Amino acid sequence: MALANASSERWKWRQPSVIPGFGLTLGFTLFYLSAIVLIPLAGLGIRSASMGWGAFWSLVTDERLIAALRVSFSTSLFAALVNVVFGVLVAWVLVRYRFPGRRIIDAAVDLPFALPTAVAGIALTAIYAPRGIIGQYFQPLGIKIAYTPIGIVIALIFVSLPFVVRTVQPVMEEINREVEEAAATLGASRFQTVFRVILPGLAPAILTGFALAFGRSFGEYGSVIFIAGNLPYKSEIAPLLIFMRLEEFNYPAATAIGAIMLVIAFSVLLSINLIQAWSRRRFGYGS
Amino acid sequence: MAVDAAMKPSALALSAAKEERVRPFRDPTSESLPVKILLIALAAAFLALVLFLPLYAVFSEALRKGLDAALLAIADHDALSAVSLTLLVAVIAVPFNLVFGVAAAWAIAKFEFKGKAFLTTLIDLPFSVSPVIAGLVYILLFGAGSFLGPVLESWGAQVLFAVPGVVLATIFVTFPFVARELIPLMQHQGTGDEEAALSLGASGWQTFWYVTLPNIKWGLLYGVLLCNARAMGEFGAVSVVSGRLRGETVTMPLQVEILYNEYNYVAAFAVAALLALLALVTLVLKALLERVYSRDHALTPGH
Amino acid sequence: MELRVANVRKEFERFPALNDVSLDIRSGELIALLGPSGSGKTTLLRLIAGLERPSAGSIFFGDEDASHKSVQDRNIGFVFQHYALFRHMTVLDNITFGLRIRKSSRRPEKAEIRRRALELLDLVQLSGLEKRYPTQLSGGQRQRVALARAMAVEPNVLLLDEPFGALDAQVRKELRRWLRDIHDRTGHTTVFVTHDQEEALELADRVVVMSKGNIEQVGTADEIYDKPVSPFVFGFIGQSSHLKVRIENGEVWFHDRVIGIKASDLPDGPATLYFRPHDIELTDGCSGCIAGLVTVSRRIAGTWHTEVDVGAGHEKIEVSLNADQSAALKGGRIAFRPRHYRIFPTN
Repeated sequence: MALANASSERWKWRQPSVIPGFGLTLGFTLFYLSAIVLIPLAGLGIRSASMGWGAFWSLVTDERLIAALRVSFSTSLFAALVNVVFGVLVAWVLVRYRFPGRRIIDAAVDLPFALPTAVAGIALTAIYAPRGIIGQYFQPLGIKIAYTPIGIVIALIFVSLPFVVRTVQPVMEEINREVEEAAATLGASRFQTVFRVILPGLAPAILTGFALAFGRSFGEYGSVIFIAGNLPYKSEIAPLLIFMRLEEFNYPAATAIGAIMLVIAFSVLLSINLIQAWSRRRFGYGS
Repeated sequence: MAVDAAMKPSALALSAAKEERVRPFRDPTSESLPVKILLIALAAAFLALVLFLPLYAVFSEALRKGLDAALLAIADHDALSAVSLTLLVAVIAVPFNLVFGVAAAWAIAKFEFKGKAFLTTLIDLPFSVSPVIAGLVYILLFGAGSFLGPVLESWGAQVLFAVPGVVLATIFVTFPFVARELIPLMQHQGTGDEEAALSLGASGWQTFWYVTLPNIKWGLLYGVLLCNARAMGEFGAVSVVSGRLRGETVTMPLQVEILYNEYNYVAAFAVAALLALLALVTLVLKALLERVYSRDHALTPGH
Repeated sequence: MELRVANVRKEFERFPALNDVSLDIRSGELIALLGPSGSGKTTLLRLIAGLERPSAGSIFFGDEDASHKSVQDRNIGFVFQHYALFRHMTVLDNITFGLRIRKSSRRPEKAEIRRRALELLDLVQLSGLEKRYPTQLSGGQRQRVALARAMAVEPNVLLLDEPFGALDAQVRKELRRWLRDIHDRTGHTTVFVTHDQEEALELADRVVVMSKGNIEQVGTADEIYDKPVSPFVFGFIGQSSHLKVRIENGEVWFHDRVIGIKASDLPDGPATLYFRPHDIELTDGCSGCIAGLVTVSRRIAGTWHTEVDVGAGHEKIEVSLNADQSAALKGGRIAFRPRHYRIFPTN
């Protein structure tokens, strides 16, 4: 109590309240956040900065790193796009239709959140390897899925699917039926109503889901390394490169890659916040 | 002009004929049954391929040589110590993040202050960062060439390639789970109940214990459940800081990797199946909690 | 366009919403569907629109049976209570939506679409706001955009579902006059749903009073108020008081005396007398009157709302008195006779 009272006098930036514990809880929050997250992340920043621009630049323009970033970027983008299409479809089916098994499917969408990534990684590899459940049908056609970028995309589709579904689903539930009826009274076919009224209205949620899925995919490690094959310049992802540099105790190189990945992660976070702000302004909703 | 005039009536008749082909009445806010069935089938096929097939593969690979072989693989000494380490890590990491989550939610939901939105974004930060980076930052903080590492080592405390490092990395990646579940819930509930309790003479702790906690218990449990699932299943971050000392710093997901890389597939999938079972239990509990939760929510105004 | 609703019935999951309703709407008419909630008025409107399918009966647009046409093919304009604007589109895009989605053979030129939309914007007095988004408009402005959007497709009939229900009282009154004005200028056949009798009586050419899935009465505002055809209409429109009476040989009896009212066309038996509380005359003495004791008299502005106890076994009835009438009361006793009234036999 004494702490809270003292702090309410000192800090003018908070509104007075009779509820106790502000100083204690905020103090602990800031301490814990700093100790676990902020200081370690700042350490990465300081290490990269202290390296000097020249050294940093030569590390991040390494050809193998650029190839790995390209693989990470393109596979993440592709997986996020696939999930935008199917994630919206799954959300639509779950929100709009009632059918046997709906609740099970709804619960199963969270499986990638709950299943450890390493488990998903070896399972997907077993399925798509040349002699696997699905891989065996592609082998005679000369198509390799596991140990190629296609395999990476499949793993990333798995891990990032729930992000699109769970972002779009609640917004879809809030759609006003009157808006659909209005479109119909104006002569719009059901197809036109869906594609020109409903989906554009969901744009912020879909974009947010896309960004979340992309961000998760870009940093993903566990599910990918088993199925990727990890061929340098071909199917090697950036997080794996960090891991390898650390195993070689090449900390500067690992730090530089980490810094680049952190910048990309922050850009994704920033764009999500911008989408949300735009959505609140234009559409009057946003989470 | 004459041609034009002659053309017009027939054109009109044509468009009239088109108008005659009217679409029959249908619910304007829904799709026709065939479209519905097609969409459901498409979604189900996609999910079967992406979600259910991998789950099936885990168990079928684990049981490839029979249940006994799978059980034997789990009863292996290294596997058992991986199980106990995983439990230990979760038992430490989850309560830490639980206490943090409650404190952060209390500060953010019950008070108005500047910088709140920014603080909330910072709390979510670990979700945006690659798990490998989570491991990397601790290597930089405690590893050779760092300031802290040698100091701790001189005191005989080993962080990296030891249990504390595994715990720290796990805490980092599971950091936001409880907080992000509680913040919106407590914001929605407002401060009315607490103010009432305080006005009746309850102390701050009594208010929290008898008023706030019962209100948030389901949300709290939900956050803990997700936090625990991730803590037991984390691979990337732990893999960086663990050093993979068998029987010492190897958690279950790492054990899966080690066995897999030794081509001991049955054992790898047996341990994986154990983790998959854990995931299934988590999903079932989550679905149950959501039911209780939404029933609770239905009682609060504004829902 | 003329509209004809013929013997339409609608049930939702066995729950009857409309029972055998018929209604003729003349071309260019402004019609109000008035009733309490659950009366079926919105259901009737949605059936006309094609948003619901009738369980039985037909709806004619002109001479054509439109019952089985989809909403898209009926070419109607519908305005929703909560506007239902497309929030990701500008005002202009909202208004032109119905034209832009047409097949190219029926779609006007781009420039023509824009011209028409701007003209409509002008009509609804929102010129200059075409680039705004719905969230940047007030409630009243949104509803005007919704009306412009509905009119842009040149509908056969304009249907409005509680169009002013979500607006505050001041804006409501303004928009009401403005809608009448627009109707007079454009001449669309218009049907609107409301539960606000003032709105219906002021605005509509004819009012359709509905209750429990039935049409009680169709008529002008005067007909509805002065000649209500059913106890429900009498009770629902304006203030009313009622009294249980008995008819014998064309005379209206209350207890053991006649009231002084003839009812020669009604059969003998119990009946209910309806009258407006203010539409009475006080009588001296009582040879043919209603007499009772004043229990409460509350003054509201220039009117005394007076509760009268007319004897055991009867509900208290209310009359409204002016200052002179109120002053004339002696010793709490009152004797009066309704000037205008309706008597409905109790069955």
